[in-house]
Formats: sequence, C-alpha cells, structure tokens
Amino acid sequence: MSRYRNNAAAIRALVEPDRVHRDVYTDEELFDIEREQFFGNTWNFVGHASQLPQAGDFLSLDLAGRPLLLLRQANGAIGGFYNRCAHKGAQLVSDSCGNTGKFLRCPYHAWTYKLDGAPLAMPLKAGYENTRLHQCESGRGLTPLKHLQVYRDFIFVKLNDAGPDFESYFGEALRSIDHMVDRSPTGKLRVEGGILRNVMHCNWKMYLENINDTVHPVSTHESAAQAAQSVWQGHGPDEPKPMVMEQLLPFANGYEFFDKMGARVYPNGHSLLGVNFSIHSAYGTQPEYEAALVAAHGAERTREILERSPQNAVFFPSLSVKGSPLAIRVIRPLAVDRTLVEAWSFRAEGAPDVLLDRALTYNRLVFSPMSVVAHDDIHLFESMQAGLQAQGNPWVSLHRDHKDNEVLDSGATINGTNEWLMRNQFRAWADAMVAGMEAPA
Amino acid sequence: MTCQPTDADLVNFVLQEARLLAEQQYDAWLALFAQQGRYWVPLAGAAQVDGARAASIADEDRLLLSLRIDRLKNPRAFSQHPRSQAQHVLQTPQVCERDELHQHYTLYTPFLYTEARGETQVQASGHWMHRLCIEEGQLRILLKRVNLLNPGMAWPAIQLFP
Repeated sequence: MSRYRNNAAAIRALVEPDRVHRDVYTDEELFDIEREQFFGNTWNFVGHASQLPQAGDFLSLDLAGRPLLLLRQANGAIGGFYNRCAHKGAQLVSDSCGNTGKFLRCPYHAWTYKLDGAPLAMPLKAGYENTRLHQCESGRGLTPLKHLQVYRDFIFVKLNDAGPDFESYFGEALRSIDHMVDRSPTGKLRVEGGILRNVMHCNWKMYLENINDTVHPVSTHESAAQAAQSVWQGHGPDEPKPMVMEQLLPFANGYEFFDKMGARVYPNGHSLLGVNFSIHSAYGTQPEYEAALVAAHGAERTREILERSPQNAVFFPSLSVKGSPLAIRVIRPLAVDRTLVEAWSFRAEGAPDVLLDRALTYNRLVFSPMSVVAHDDIHLFESMQAGLQAQGNPWVSLHRDHKDNEVLDSGATINGTNEWLMRNQFRAWADAMVAGMEAPA
Repeated sequence: MTCQPTDADLVNFVLQEARLLAEQQYDAWLALFAQQGRYWVPLAGAAQVDGARAASIADEDRLLLSLRIDRLKNPRAFSQHPRSQAQHVLQTPQVCERDELHQHYTLYTPFLYTEARGETQVQASGHWMHRLCIEEGQLRILLKRVNLLNPGMAWPAIQLFP
C-alpha cells in the first residue's frame, strides 16, 4: 500500500513546527520518493573543478542512485552527463576518476561520443540506416545534466527541472564558500591528499542534523574529550600544543561555549554555525601568510576571513564546509538506512603547507573510519535508526528554543544550541519533497 | 634482548605483538613502541609514499595511541557497548631488511583481520610493514605500517587496531 506517493499532504504532515515523524528516517517508500523528488529538486555538490584539470579528465559518482559523469571539455568548461551509454546502458567509465582522452568509448559495443556527449561513431553503421535510431534518445548521444553550476570551483547539479535556480537556492549561504576560497591569496583551492570514506547504517538526515547539533559533544564525545585531556595533563594552558591537541581538546567545551558560538539559518535548509567563534577559532597564526592575504584581499577582508572560523556551514543536503580547517564533508544517501560520508581536504593556493596539514589532520582525527570522535557519533546514529522502530512514540523532538510562528531571518544570529537549524532543514525537506506533486484528490 | 636479534627473534616479536592485540592488552602493546614509534594506516595503502602530504585513516604517535587506549577504558565510550573484539590471522612474518649499522629491521606480514561487535563484524586484509629498532636493549616498534588492501573504500567504523 502506498502511503506517501503522490500524497503531498501526508508528506507535509510528517514535519510539524517543532517535531518530525520517524518515517522521515525509516520509511522505504519515502526514501524512494526522496531519490526522485528531493534529491532531484535540490542542488547537490558533486565535485571540485581542481579534480578535473585537463580536457578529458572525468569524475564518476552516484547521486541518490543516479550514475553521473563529470567531464572537462576541450574548451575548458565542465560538462555533466548521466554515466550511461545511449545504446544499452553500460556505464561509460567505471573508475571514480581518470582521463578519457579525446572521446568516450563504451566498452560493450564500441559506441563512441565526443567530450560534449554528441554521438561520434558506432560499428556496423549501415545496419541503422532506415531505422528510427536517429529519431530517438538512443541516437542523440549522452543525456546531459541540464542544471550544472560551478561556483568558485565547487560543482553542483540539480537533476530535475523543478526547484529553484542556483542563486535563489543557496543565496547568502554562498558567502561561506567565498570565505573558504578567500583563504587562498589567489582565490584558488585544490582537493589534495585523498578522500576518507565512511559508510554508516543510518538515514542520511541523522548525519546532516548532527552537523548542526552542538549539544551532543558534551555527552556523546565525553570519552574522547576526557582521554584528550588526560593525555595532555600537566601541560600549562599557554603551552604551545601539537596540532592534534589543538584540534581535539576543544571537544571538551561545555554547553555555554556551544550556545554562545551563535548560528544563522537560511532559506532552503542551509545554515551557518559558529557565527561568533567555534572549536576552530584558536588555531595558530602565520604572519607571512596573513601578509599575503592582506596584499590580495586588503586588510579588512583579511581580518574578516581570519576572524571567522565557523563550526560548520551546511549546504543542504549534500555538503558541509569548514573554512578553517580547509575541510568539507560530502553526504550521500545510499539507502533509507545507509549513508556515505566523505571527508575532503583542500590546499589553499599561495597558503603555507600547515593549512593543508590542518585539514588532513582534522579529517583523520574526526572523520576517519578510525576516528575516536566519530565512533561514538556513528554508534548513536545507528542506535537511533534501530531505536526509532519502537512503538508508542513515533515523533522526534526538535523543540529546543522553538517559538510559535518562527519566521526565518537570515541576518539574525540565534543561539548555537537552538534546534531551529534542524527545523529549518526539515521545512526545506518537505518543500523539496512535494515540489510539483499534485495535492491529493 | 641480544644486541643483534636473530631473524627468529624478529618474527617472534611480531607474532607476540599480534597476540597482545588479540588479548586486548593494549598497555603492554603500547609499551612495544619506541619513544618515536608510530602506528600508521595510510589512505593510499602500500602505494603511499612516506613523507608526502596525504590523508591517513590513522597516523598515531605514542600520545595519540595512549589517547585511543585511554578512551577504550572509559565506560562512556558508548561505541564500545557492546565491546569490539579483534583477531588477526597472519602469514609468517618475513624479514625483508636488516640494517645492522642502525639496528633497524623491516618485516612484511600479510594478514586477515576481523573486528567483531555485537551482531556485526568488519573484515579487512592487507599487510603489515614493521620497522623495528633496539631501544634500551629491547626490540621496539619504530613504525608499524598497516597497508590495507582497499583502504579507499567506504568503511564502517574500525574501532580497534587492524
């Protein structure tokens, strides 16, 4: 029996002003609808231009069950296609990255395509004369991704025609990408050092919510924070810390710290946590680098860049950015109860190696499959996924700091422990889920 | 320990080290590391060039190893309810290099690794590269490098020491 398909009202009813129904995390049918509607109508991060420096360079990925191919064109632009031969559906590339040369060739029957997806050649061409091939999709080459946007080298796609255009979708949230990119005096970032990949048995929303959950570190990460304090015991508060301690000790901060860091919510589910400060604020400084930034961006912008080290900027629903350290997380849904989380590190061109080291070290300490911080997070996500099968209470509470008639104001800073950040994600989720869906009869 | 360990001494050292891990005697295991000792699981596995700037699944000196071990003892290490257990099945370690001048010894040990917890288990395979040294008359680990077969895949949590 279909409860949610073509039933916008039933989907909307899952998201109340201050709580959500457990089905958003556990229901298989909703996950199928998410794949078609939600992940089709939203702009999702798919890659970074620095991964495709040369013509013919490609990236392949799975976005909510769709096989995608990004390809650097001969003219320098980035093209996006479904990774599917127009003939019988074989994937044109099966490596996650590489260079395809001057054209793509399907390994199954040797149909070939230009880098712009146009059909080039096929064997036994005469056999297609007087057939309908050239009037149908199969004769037109690769299916392009119509909505692809490269913003300061961050590549996003929207698979469906429905949903807002790129600028309206992200709006002011894009300043957090600017802020990260401007940490390079030349305004260029490069993905470096490899991507750490994790799979967890939970719904993707649990991970995304947790990025904005400033209340859990005190309890969830107690063991990691205590261990960090215990091995660092005996060192004075002003003693220079090794990078690993600089990054781990702030997990021992209390509720007040996280509350006062402040947050902003933006339309369409995006957010900025750590408007005032964050666990990343106290990293050491490099005078020569700061001078290079001043020369490139001016003193005021440099101060703005260096003073702001947000905890996390969420580009709903696929990307979370830490401007300092230069690290991002990419979140991909695999199944209703399975999620892929990747941790990427960046080098800021013209910045010292220590900035890349910070990204690599932070990702290893906090987002690696062997991270002692992540272990407790993942345990809790998987625990919730199982716990939500309980009878009696089908609701998940998002009441903290909720007030009736909450009206979004992107310019206002709210307290850092406010669950508005999650309520905002779910309101955006419901909107994208039902976009274009007819109201039930 | 003699000043010049025999190949058999080196091989036994690695086998005993694996046994300490299997028995979760982590303090005794940590004591096998030299003062500058390092436990490293490179993200690129055997292909990783040492010294290059690259991500690692784990890269820990004695300080970080002691942090990890300290946390495992904390009853509020929630991901350890239920506790993880691990077993390595090793091929006989092979002594690859003996640098008698610096008293550095390199061993290669292929392994299968299972980490079990509750109703689930994680399987991994690969090989260890040990660089052993003599410190205060004892064999010690300068570097234990864990080259996983498929380090770049999406892993579930690996909570102990592959």
